[in-house]
Amino acid sequence: MSHSTATTVPGRSIWDGGVSPMGVSYGKLMMWFFLLSDAFTFSGLLITYGLIRSAHPAFTGLPDAFAFSPEYWPIPEKVFEAIPFFHGLKAPLVFVGLMTFILIMSSVTMVLAVEAGHRMDRKAVEKWMLWTIVGGLTFLSCQAWEWTHFIVGSENGTIVKDFVNGEWVSRIVRGASLTENQYGPHDFADFFFFITGFHGFHVFSGVLLNFLIFYRTVTGMYDRRGSYEMVEKVGLYWHFVDLVWVFVFTFFYLV
Amino acid sequence: MSHHAHEAEVVVLPPNKEKIRHLWKVAGILLLITIFEFIIAFSMPHGVAKTAIFVLMTIVKAAYIVGEFMHLRYEAKLLLWSILIPIVFIVWMLVAFLYEGMKMSDINFLQF
Repeated sequence: MSHSTATTVPGRSIWDGGVSPMGVSYGKLMMWFFLLSDAFTFSGLLITYGLIRSAHPAFTGLPDAFAFSPEYWPIPEKVFEAIPFFHGLKAPLVFVGLMTFILIMSSVTMVLAVEAGHRMDRKAVEKWMLWTIVGGLTFLSCQAWEWTHFIVGSENGTIVKDFVNGEWVSRIVRGASLTENQYGPHDFADFFFFITGFHGFHVFSGVLLNFLIFYRTVTGMYDRRGSYEMVEKVGLYWHFVDLVWVFVFTFFYLV
Repeated sequence: MSHHAHEAEVVVLPPNKEKIRHLWKVAGILLLITIFEFIIAFSMPHGVAKTAIFVLMTIVKAAYIVGEFMHLRYEAKLLLWSILIPIVFIVWMLVAFLYEGMKMSDINFLQF
């Protein structure tokens, strides 16, 4: 770990690439810049969500009187209020809170794996990487349940009126697809699928990378290399995934 | 493990107790903030104040994750600013898009 601001390579002048002014290896620096560009991508998604949401009317009545309608943007806590195994129980945001807890904990185990890597402690890296993978898989399972529940919807559904051939026709919409949903304007479900889906895909690739690191640790690759820096680089990616979830949690579920 | 005998001996250092305790402290802070957000979510009426609290709490959590977990606080200052300064573009986009969204709302849903 280098805290120095400039690392000089012997035999090369500072005008000849002999200095690394940011004090990190090439791979780590590029991981940082990749994450910065990824932050722009997620910001694009979340800010567009804000744009479309503020372009729709909000529900103006009391929260208790809230009912789903394509006329206005839904209150998120009224949409996400189910938890597995307790059918019909209203527990707003509890399941999402649990998912947040799981992801933060897996971030902690990741940072402990990085700490163990600094000490060249293979056994500890194995242990903490395995916990991180378990956390990631648990999060993905929770998201699979959340998506299923969102797509299937409730038994009652929402009554939607269409103006067809000069008269109003009522029909019931259940669950959600990309074209319509029972919770609100069709954009609402589209953003749910794209934002949580894009984040979920990041978690999925993060789990794959974590597994690769775990495998290479177990087979002793980093001991032979003499450095566990790869754990650190993938750790950066994993923390970023957690960071994005913090923003998704606030701007999609809470606000 | 005889086939590993030819490899260089790996020196394993003992756990850095102080650092590990610090990491768990940061984790505790993150969890406390999340619990606090939950309490706010169910005890405050919807409005600007509530949103402001959520945004503030989110920025605090982001600062802890990036600063401590991703170790950015302890990196070279040049790296720190190279990552943080481009964030102004996100802020700019946020302000511009939300303003645009409100104007779109005014046009689409005129109240007579």
